[in-house]
Amino acid sequence: MTEPGIKDKTAIVGIGETRYYKRGAAPTPEFQLALEAILLAVEDAGLTVEQIDGFASYSNDRNDPTRLAAALGLPQIGFSNMFWGGGGGGGSGAVGNAAAAVAAGYAKYVVAYRSLAQGQFGRFGQGSQAKASTYPMSYTQPYGLLSPAQTFAMRVRRFMYDHNIGHDALAAISLASYHHAQFNPRAIMYGRPLSREDYDNARWIVEPFRLFDCCQENDGAAAVIVTTPERARDLRQKPAIIMAAAQGSFYRQGAPAHNAPDYGTSNFKGVAPLLYELAGIAPKDVQVAQVYENFTGGVLMSLVEHGFCSPDEANEFCTVENLTWPQGKLPINTSGGNLAECYMHGLELITEAVRQIRGTSTCQVQDCKISLVASGPMVSPVSSLILRA
Amino acid sequence: MTTKTMRDSYLPPGLPAPRPSPDGLDAPFWAAAKRHELLVQRCNACNGSQWGPEFICFRCRSFDLRWERVAGRGRIFSWERIWHPVHPALKDACPYLVVLVELPDADNVRMVGNLLGDAMQQVEIGGAVEAVFEDHPDEDFTLVQWRVVE
Ligand SMILES: [Zn+2]
Repeated sequence: MTEPGIKDKTAIVGIGETRYYKRGAAPTPEFQLALEAILLAVEDAGLTVEQIDGFASYSNDRNDPTRLAAALGLPQIGFSNMFWGGGGGGGSGAVGNAAAAVAAGYAKYVVAYRSLAQGQFGRFGQGSQAKASTYPMSYTQPYGLLSPAQTFAMRVRRFMYDHNIGHDALAAISLASYHHAQFNPRAIMYGRPLSREDYDNARWIVEPFRLFDCCQENDGAAAVIVTTPERARDLRQKPAIIMAAAQGSFYRQGAPAHNAPDYGTSNFKGVAPLLYELAGIAPKDVQVAQVYENFTGGVLMSLVEHGFCSPDEANEFCTVENLTWPQGKLPINTSGGNLAECYMHGLELITEAVRQIRGTSTCQVQDCKISLVASGPMVSPVSSLILRA
Repeated sequence: MTTKTMRDSYLPPGLPAPRPSPDGLDAPFWAAAKRHELLVQRCNACNGSQWGPEFICFRCRSFDLRWERVAGRGRIFSWERIWHPVHPALKDACPYLVVLVELPDADNVRMVGNLLGDAMQQVEIGGAVEAVFEDHPDEDFTLVQWRVVE
């Protein structure tokens, strides 16, 4: 009898990314961007397109898998899956769902993808322009609490109050992303370094977030392909083995109108312990982490809840020295991430985690064997992923 | 009850107006707000309070819920000062304060509102606040706002 679970049974074998654009600047429609990213991932893997037989995405991606399959002339698909929830909570979850489908035999080569052209559809950062609001938005929008930054600043404020966290910790997270982007020609902020002075002088968006605490809004698409390590032997790339994926939420995190009992949290308190248990490793084994930055405060809480430091150590742990490549204890967001590479809703964090395992990052951690992704902080559900060499 | 009334709204008109949920979940809350009464949901089986409203009690899974009037007194649980307008109506309204208030008289359920007064006032987590009912007669709704108790 085989062991239950997906540990080491699947791997990411192909990654594809379109060029990344400023919001509204993509020259091609969103659906075409999705197709381009998928074809790039297929080519990277050394597959033929007809071998793709499954799709997984998240955050209500608009690009329907059966339309993708029809457009690409695929003979058959065995898996089409949407991870519930908004924001970047499902990035690792989509990969985890793809891995589960491959391990279960539903499909052999599953694509996890995300495509965004905010100029062609709505913007995340803008408030609702509707005349009316109903439950649960009726309890927030009429008070001018409309955007993700405003929704999550409230949680971060409480966490910082509970644990006496200073602004230096938030600044370090932002500066780390911008530092890494300076090595990455794909990054929107490549050639645009950020100093602590720039960070401090930037305008408030919503206290405690200044401008550079907030993610960009971008256009582009990214895709990764999941199959088994056995099939990976015949393919082009060194596989990034999926040690574990975990997803979910904990007690009443979905309670409406800011009523989650445990409020100052990134919502990884259930997911992260399960992730490590499934992988059979401890936080100290992780060499590099891609931690979804909608806002720096969410990264702070994600680092704590993934066990890299306790809440009371967060001021000491979250420094530029600790979080940056090459000398840092735990380099994070080594491509520049959502803040400085591209806001591809965190799928670009998965491709970077894969590059760290392949040894091809522009901020390559030496002898990288274990690479972690945390997707989504403060939304519900969230998800995480651990890859190994 | 020590709640007070005000006429002018804290934020300019034009934000999405609150409307009762079409499934009937929260109509009593909005009707009561217009009467300047603050209601929360309470369970007839276990007597626990809950917010936002739901069709079932999360503690004991009873569907037998009632609406109960509570004192408009609370404590600031978290807060934020908003500087960047994300809606045309707010273009000239920044900065403004949004607070998350917990109600000790109702199992510490929390409500979102604006903190009235100077947007640059020092805000204290744990500070005592009282409800202020902000009428929007032209649009037929009343918001529950909060003011620091001196
Ligand atoms: Zn009950």
